[in-house]
Amino acid sequence: MSRIEQTVFAPLRTTGKSFWVLFTILAALTGWGVFAYIYQLSDGLGVTGLSRPVYWGIYLTNFVFFIGISHAGTLISAILRVTQANWRRSITRIAEAVTVFALCVGGLQILIDMGRPERALNVILYGRYQSPFLWDFTCISIYLFSSITYLYLPMLPDLARLRDKFDGAGWRKWLYTTLALGWKGNYEQHHRLEKAIAILAIAIIPIAVSVHTVVSWIFGMTLQPMWHSTILGPYFVVGAIFSGIATLFLAMALMRKVMHLEEWLTEKQFNYLGLLLLVMSVLWTYFTLSEYVTTFYGALADEMPVANAKIFGEFNWAFWTMVLFNGILPFVILIRRSGRTVMGTVIASIFIDIGMWLERFTIVAPSLTRPRLSQWAIYQPTWVEASITIGSLAMFALLFVVFFKLFPSLAIWEVEEGVEIEERRKLAEKIRLEDLRAASGVASGE
Amino acid sequence: MPRWTMAIDLDKCLGCQACTVACRMENNTPIAGPEQAAKGRAMLWNEVIPSSDGEYPNVTARYIPRPCMHCDDALCVKVCPVKATYRNEEGTVLVDYDRCIGCRFCTVACPYAARYFNWHEPYYPETLKAHLNPDVAIRPKGVVEKCTFCVHRLRKAREQAAAEGRVFQASDYVPACVETCTGRARYFGDLDDPASLVSQLLKSPRAFHLLEELGTHPKVFYLREG
Repeated sequence: MSRIEQTVFAPLRTTGKSFWVLFTILAALTGWGVFAYIYQLSDGLGVTGLSRPVYWGIYLTNFVFFIGISHAGTLISAILRVTQANWRRSITRIAEAVTVFALCVGGLQILIDMGRPERALNVILYGRYQSPFLWDFTCISIYLFSSITYLYLPMLPDLARLRDKFDGAGWRKWLYTTLALGWKGNYEQHHRLEKAIAILAIAIIPIAVSVHTVVSWIFGMTLQPMWHSTILGPYFVVGAIFSGIATLFLAMALMRKVMHLEEWLTEKQFNYLGLLLLVMSVLWTYFTLSEYVTTFYGALADEMPVANAKIFGEFNWAFWTMVLFNGILPFVILIRRSGRTVMGTVIASIFIDIGMWLERFTIVAPSLTRPRLSQWAIYQPTWVEASITIGSLAMFALLFVVFFKLFPSLAIWEVEEGVEIEERRKLAEKIRLEDLRAASGVASGE
Repeated sequence: MPRWTMAIDLDKCLGCQACTVACRMENNTPIAGPEQAAKGRAMLWNEVIPSSDGEYPNVTARYIPRPCMHCDDALCVKVCPVKATYRNEEGTVLVDYDRCIGCRFCTVACPYAARYFNWHEPYYPETLKAHLNPDVAIRPKGVVEKCTFCVHRLRKAREQAAAEGRVFQASDYVPACVETCTGRARYFGDLDDPASLVSQLLKSPRAFHLLEELGTHPKVFYLREG
């Protein structure tokens, strides 16, 4: 076994005590969330802080947040594949896993928010495309399906290696054998795999953009003040990629440390991706500025109370924290090369993830507290909403951790391919230089 | 086909809330209780909204009773993912309680905040239980409900006309709030009949719609104070 195989397969073979500690903590938090949900299910949504007219709150915030995070992976990995960025090879697997699990937990939020979750099937039985809800249902389903495929396909060669080289318990062997689909690694198979991945990578970019656009349109298509805005679609997509990359950083730093992947997840990856994060931060600031400047300049009677509630009113803590965490701090940290280290990007990413959750919150809640006709309202989330949110985050982490207990954390064959490409390039360069030297030698000899 | 329309004359409205009470009794609206009501969960299919303009001492106070507007271009109907909210052929916007998934997209989309959600299992005090209207279904937990223009009264009026062997007339049907209004501020009728009272009133220079600028084309309209 090569060194990369040894390193990557090691955590699949042996399970330390720290894994079980982490597993237990995450499972307990998830269980607490499940308990809170069962309580909500039996008593009704009245156990939340929702009311008329604040009909949507934390759950919708979580929904937008998690679907946003899902843009980390598959989209980033697809863009990097399409642009043939070689340094992507060691981060694609982690990125794609983030996507799949964020989508699962995000979709779950809508089910949690429903007053009648047992009737969820009505969306398929009686669904009508006049409703943005159906657009979401369609786009997210397609995205989930293609993300799972996009995670699975590049894993085939690695699964085959596991099938051949894994010496662990029986069911694991069976799992790898089944999932490897008889992969032999011959030329024809590789050719087809590369083709399939290339097609998927291109197709997935518009799908991902459509997903967060229609998520924003759940809000944008209504006439509520500060929701009914054309900026919402692109603003959400930018925010999604922004929070997605931040989450990817956290996942990468964690995996690098726990699974000893320092050799492959190098400063280079953190630096390049950090630049992308910086660009997204600046874009996000630009969109935020555009939104508020137009609102305040136009000063529409319906919109001003909402804008004031965000900037000066009871939501000002969330708004200004968001500006600080999404706009100012990431910029200050990431603008310098010395900030785009593992430590620097992780700190910036923690700020960004908190800031982006608050951003989603300040989009969902304030508009509803300032209705046109009925009395203004206050939204005070309850312990049930907090528990389900914590449970959801824990569930996301749990799925991620369990997945990488079973499957390799790097696309081994892709990394090896990258090394090979690099070596060939060096060789070609060497030959070229030698030719040049020989040619110049001939020239001077004359 | 009739198009049912309501007119409310703000000059005649006393703000007595008789419409709110009549609606509650007619439609079996569950009791939220003071604690839930303080959280903003009172169920008022018909709400009397107080509003005031200006500053003391130059204040104009007014009361705006707000049933469902039964918009011709209803946002709630547009956004409902499962067609639980729909406009029937007579233009009245209704909710299918058996189909509603409780996503509350409609309650969020309605600019009039005229829609209500069942946060808990419906509750009625013992004294009220004996007086529940048998014509109106009780809504379960987790679904959305709102003013129906007392559509069960329309069904009943049609059945009665048929039983008596006469032709149903628009005047046979009137919602509970209109019937009970102390100041006789409410009018109800068929907008497709140019001779009806509501059609005549709509021509008045005093006539206006709530949030007209949103383009929802409400079927409830108001007559401005003198």
